[in-house]
Amino acid sequence: MGHVTTKLGWLAFAVLGAFAFAYVALNRGESIGAIWIVIATICVYTIAYRFYSHFIARRVLRLDVTRMTPAYKFNDGLDYVPTNRYVLFGHHFAAIAGAGPLVGPILAAQMGYMPGMLWLLAGVVFAGAVQDFIVLFISTRRDGRSLGDLIKAELGQIPGMIALFGTFFIMLILLAVLALIVVKALAESPWGTFTVAATIPIALFMGVYARFIRPGAIGEVSLIGFVLLMLSIVAGQYVQEIPSMAAIFTLTGEQLTWMLIAYGFIASVLPVWLLLAPRDYLSTFLKIGTIVGLAIGVIFISPELKMPAFTQFVDGSGPVWSGSLFPFLFITIACGAISGFHSLISSGTTPKMIRNEGDARFIGYGAMLMESFVAIMALVAASTIEPGVYFAMNSPAAIIGTTAESATQAISQWGFYVTPEMITQTARDVGEHTIISRTGGAPTLAVGMAQILSDVIGGRTMMAFWYHFAILFEALFILTAVDAGTRAGRFMLQDLLGTFIPSMKRTDSVIASLIATAICVAGWGYFLYQGVVDPLGGINTLWPLFGISNQMLAGIALILCTCVLFKMKHDRFAWVTIVPATWVLVCTLTAAWQKIFDLNPRIGFLAHASKYKEALADDVLLAPAKSMEQMRQVIFNDYVNASLAGLFMLVLISMLLFGIHTVLRARGTGGPTAREAPFELLPVEATPGT
Amino acid sequence: MLNKITGITRAARYLGQSMRLMVGVPEYSTYVSHMKTAHPDQPVMSYQEFFRERQEARYGGKISRCC
Repeated sequence: MGHVTTKLGWLAFAVLGAFAFAYVALNRGESIGAIWIVIATICVYTIAYRFYSHFIARRVLRLDVTRMTPAYKFNDGLDYVPTNRYVLFGHHFAAIAGAGPLVGPILAAQMGYMPGMLWLLAGVVFAGAVQDFIVLFISTRRDGRSLGDLIKAELGQIPGMIALFGTFFIMLILLAVLALIVVKALAESPWGTFTVAATIPIALFMGVYARFIRPGAIGEVSLIGFVLLMLSIVAGQYVQEIPSMAAIFTLTGEQLTWMLIAYGFIASVLPVWLLLAPRDYLSTFLKIGTIVGLAIGVIFISPELKMPAFTQFVDGSGPVWSGSLFPFLFITIACGAISGFHSLISSGTTPKMIRNEGDARFIGYGAMLMESFVAIMALVAASTIEPGVYFAMNSPAAIIGTTAESATQAISQWGFYVTPEMITQTARDVGEHTIISRTGGAPTLAVGMAQILSDVIGGRTMMAFWYHFAILFEALFILTAVDAGTRAGRFMLQDLLGTFIPSMKRTDSVIASLIATAICVAGWGYFLYQGVVDPLGGINTLWPLFGISNQMLAGIALILCTCVLFKMKHDRFAWVTIVPATWVLVCTLTAAWQKIFDLNPRIGFLAHASKYKEALADDVLLAPAKSMEQMRQVIFNDYVNASLAGLFMLVLISMLLFGIHTVLRARGTGGPTAREAPFELLPVEATPGT
Repeated sequence: MLNKITGITRAARYLGQSMRLMVGVPEYSTYVSHMKTAHPDQPVMSYQEFFRERQEARYGGKISRCC
C-alpha cells in the first residue's frame, strides 16, 4: 500500500514538473512569474536526484556502505574527520559555490532565458552533478587523494603532469576574469569602490581580533565584521555625495587594474590570519546568507520575467558576447551546469571527511544540484530586468555609445523597448552615475537582486543600498578568490618549476615564493589589463577563454571517471560518463577552434589580428589603440589568446588519447585493474542503521 | 515536545558545525576526544593552537574553493 502511494506521489510530482515546464515553454508573448521556473526546476532536480543519482549509486558505482573511508582510516581530528553528512554538505556547497554560477547565466540571458535554463537543467543532471559525484567517489576510495594524483595513478605520470599544467592556466584565466568583473563593477563608482576598499581595514581589524583579542571566536568576529560592512555601505552613499571624497574614490578601469594587481601581490604574501582568513569568513557567510535571501525573494515575490524566452541573438549576433548558441552557450554557462573546477574540490577536503561512502551521492550529486539552483536564480534575476535596460548595461560602448540617447537608439533598432529616461532612472534608483556598458555580469545581477530584495525589504528607497550590497557581496568573494587563488597558483608553479629548477620547489624560501607569486600576478594581471582596455569590454575575450579552460578540466575529469569505470569492469554503465564527456569535448574543442580560426573578427582571434595588421599596413588607427605601438600590442594579445586556446585544445586531445589508451588496456585485461585502496571494513558505528 | 526540542538543538548544533567547517575549522571537541582515545600519550593542542593550525592548513596554498 505504502509502495503504491509513493509511486503515485512521484507520478504527481512528475506531472507537476511537466505542467510547470509546459507553462514556461509554451507561454509566448506574456510575461510569466519566476515561480513557474522555480517549480519546474525543483521538480527536475528532485526526480533526477531520486532516480538518476540512485541508479548511479546502486548500479554504476555500487557504493558499499560497509567499506572503509579515509576519514576513519586516517582519523586525526584535523584533516581527516568523520563528519555528519548534512554538516559536510554545507562545507562542500560553500566550497563549490562562487561567482561562476552567478555570472555565466547572466551573460547567457542575451539569448533569452530558455536556452540558459534548458542547459542548466540538462547539464547539471547528466554532466555536472555526475562529474562531482563520481570524482568524489573515486577520491574517497583512494584515500582522499587529489585529482592530479588520481590521474597519475589511473592514467599515468605524463597525463597527470599535463592535467596539472592545464590547471595552472585555468587558475590564471579564472583570476583574470574574476578581477575583470570587479574592475567593471567598480570603475567610476565611488560608492562601490569605497565600500569594497573599506573591507580591507575591516578584515585587518577582524584578523587581529581573532588572533589576539579573542582567539578563534569566528562567529563573534564575523558578526562584528558584518555590522561594519553594512555601515560601510551606508557611509558609501555619503562619500558619493561629498565631491571631494567622491573624487578620491572615482577611479578609472586602468587605475583599478593596477591597484588590484598590487593588492593581489601584497595580500598573497601577508600572513593568512591577517587578511585572507577574516575576508574568507565574511565572504563565505555573506555568500550563504545572500543565496538564501535571494531564494526566499524569488520564491515569495515571484518577480515577472521581462526577458523573452528566446531573443534573435541565438544566431550569434548578440552584443554581450559573440558566437552562436552552439557551442558558445555551453561555454558561457560554466559552473551552474558543469564545472571542471569542482573536480578539484571533490578530490580535495570533502573526501577526507566523508563518514560513509553512501554519503557521496547526497554530497556530490546533491550539492551540485543546489549550485545549479543558484545559477537558475541568477538567470531569473537577469531576466526580471527590462530587456532594453539589460542590453544597455551589458553591451560594450563600442556598439551602443556612452550616452543614454545613443544606447536607446542602438537598442531600439534591435527591437527592444527602451527610453533614455528608463536608463537614467535605473541608474538613479541604484545610486550610480550611469549604468551604460556596465559589462561583466556583476552590476546586472546587482540590479536584478536589488529589485527582488527591495521588494522584500525597504521598497524603492532601499534599492541603492541593496545594489551596493550585491556589488559588495560579489566583490568580497572575488577578492578572496584572487588572494587564495594567487597563493594556490604560486604553490602549483613552484611545484611545476621545481621539476626543472630544484631550488624553486622550496616553499619556505622567501625569494622562490616571491618570484613564483610575481609570475602568477603578472600572468593574470596581463590578461586583466588586456581585458580592461578592450573596446568590446574584455568579457567578450576572457569569458570564453575561461569557459573553455573550465570545461576542458571537466572533460579531463570525465575522462578519468570513464577510465575508472572501465578499470572497475563496469563497462556496461560507462555511457554515464562517456555521454557527458563527449558533449563537453565537442563543445570545448569546437569553441576553441572557432575562437582561433573563425573568420569573423568578433569571434576569431586570428581574424581580429589580421584586421589590425591590415590597418597597420595602411597606417590607419583602429580603436581602442591610440598609437601604432598599441596596435601592435593588440595583435600580440590576439596571438597570445589564440595560442592559449590552442594549448587548451592540445591538452584536451592528448588527455583523450591517454584516456582511450587506458580504456583499451582495461578492456584487454581479464579482471578489475582500478587502483583502489584495499578493501577494509568500516567501523560498525559508521554503517547506516547504527 | 521534548523530542522536538532536542531535534531543534541538534539542528542548531549541526548548523554551527557546518558554518565553522565552511571556513575550514572542524569540531574542536571531536579533535580532543579523538586525541584522548587514540593517542593518549601525545599532547593535545589548545583551542588557540588548534585554530591556528587549521588556518594555516586551509590557506596554505591548496585550492579550497571554486570560482
